[in-house]
Amino acid sequence: MRKLVDEFKKGILEENPIFFLVLGLCPALAVSNSLNNALGMGLAATFVLVFSNSIISLIRKFIPDKIRIPCFIVVIATFVTIVELIMKAYFPVLNKSLGIFIPLIVVNCIILGRAEAFASRNGLFVSIADGLGMGIGFTVALMTIAGIRELLGNGTLFGLKVFVGFEPALTFALAPGALLVLGLLIGGIRWIKSLR
Amino acid sequence: MLNNSNKLKVSVSPHLVNKRLLTPQIMWLVTLSLLPAGVASVFIFGLRSLWVILVGCISAALIEAVIQKLRGQKVTISDGSAVMTGLLLAYNLPSGVPLWLVVVGCFVAIAIAKQAFGGLGRNIFNPALVGRVFLLSAWPTYMTTFIKPFDTITQATPLALMKQEKISNLSEAGINYMDLLIGNRGGCIGEVCIIALILGAIYLFYKKIITWHIPLTYLVTVGIFSWIFGLKSALFSGDFIFHILSGGLILGAFFMATDYVTSPLTQKGQIIFGIGCGLLTCVIRFWGGYPEGVSYAILMMNMIVPLIDRWVKPKRYGVK
Repeated sequence: MRKLVDEFKKGILEENPIFFLVLGLCPALAVSNSLNNALGMGLAATFVLVFSNSIISLIRKFIPDKIRIPCFIVVIATFVTIVELIMKAYFPVLNKSLGIFIPLIVVNCIILGRAEAFASRNGLFVSIADGLGMGIGFTVALMTIAGIRELLGNGTLFGLKVFVGFEPALTFALAPGALLVLGLLIGGIRWIKSLR
Repeated sequence: MLNNSNKLKVSVSPHLVNKRLLTPQIMWLVTLSLLPAGVASVFIFGLRSLWVILVGCISAALIEAVIQKLRGQKVTISDGSAVMTGLLLAYNLPSGVPLWLVVVGCFVAIAIAKQAFGGLGRNIFNPALVGRVFLLSAWPTYMTTFIKPFDTITQATPLALMKQEKISNLSEAGINYMDLLIGNRGGCIGEVCIIALILGAIYLFYKKIITWHIPLTYLVTVGIFSWIFGLKSALFSGDFIFHILSGGLILGAFFMATDYVTSPLTQKGQIIFGIGCGLLTCVIRFWGGYPEGVSYAILMMNMIVPLIDRWVKPKRYGVK
């Protein structure tokens, strides 16, 4: 039980995929322009991460070592397809604004990385805990970036106006803002960590 | 005898010839050489531009002091580098911008472009230009609303008119080369009065603070390139004088591309740097999305300065 909690917690804080492992930056930069997008993307990735981790952990003994990556991809792609179809059916607006980045979860470094580094070597329950922790860590990081960007670049949070008379800085809604916020956050978090 | 003993003296590099010209002196001399353009802009755009300049200088110095205090370092605003950054940033803004915009620009320039990289001497990009480019992408409406000289109505810059193909030569904009020289055109605070900028540049050449390598190659490259491609209808017939005198080219070439920290160390490297700036400026002006490309060109070349330095590294004596 202790191990489960540890594996779950590490993904959120000290091994946060965005801020410490610096993996999966493509979606983190591309869809972090609003909190809605970030939440949708984070939950979709968490779903895929948990199920791909558990399936890969279950079949890890049968996968031949030489073709393990294609096997992982087949498992991951299955769940991405499920997510994509569900999104298209029930959240068409979110699906439209996330666009190509939902199918691109297949090649997300975090998911393949966890399959390779963790799920293919560990049992079912710790793999689920790891996937859940990493997924939540990814979602939290994505929403932190998106919150800052949406607030400064658009003056809103979840699409609701926050300030009156505030003139949003368009940069943060555009691509440079994503790189700027992510860089400053990573630098800032490491700086705070170094103070301890 | 004293001379002989001096000749044999061995010391650690840097071997400073003129010991009195240290960083603070250089910074304040550059700031001084920029003043004529500021005075000219107050004449051209009125007191409004004076407020922008003052807010720029003061907020840049204050932000630098606060950050250095927070980082537990010695506060070095008396070396003038922060004031100079604020001044240059203010020179890169239209005179009609709200004053809070100037403060935000100074914050980006000092806090992000300079102090986050480690402070003076460690910044990769020219801080004032980073501030300007940030403001341009954040509040494009404010940053592209230029006030007509000696007036309060707004006016597009000649380069912007040419970009939108409203004019094909200078006389259609109702001005001539003389207007460009004295600053009778829409533009940013510090870039319009070419004569004042040239005066400052001559002073810097006289004081040997800047050398010809970057500014000359920059201007000549822009001249040649705009002569060849400047006119859409025919090659080799572009108005190169117009392209050299308009926009922020003179300000950029003499005062911002020559920044010691963000330009190459060797003369050969500086020549490559100048040519690269010139090519990028013209490419942006003729085929890019913006009417003016000086700030982007200099920032992009800043990025590859380490590569240039490595490429043209002088051979060590006695080593194959």
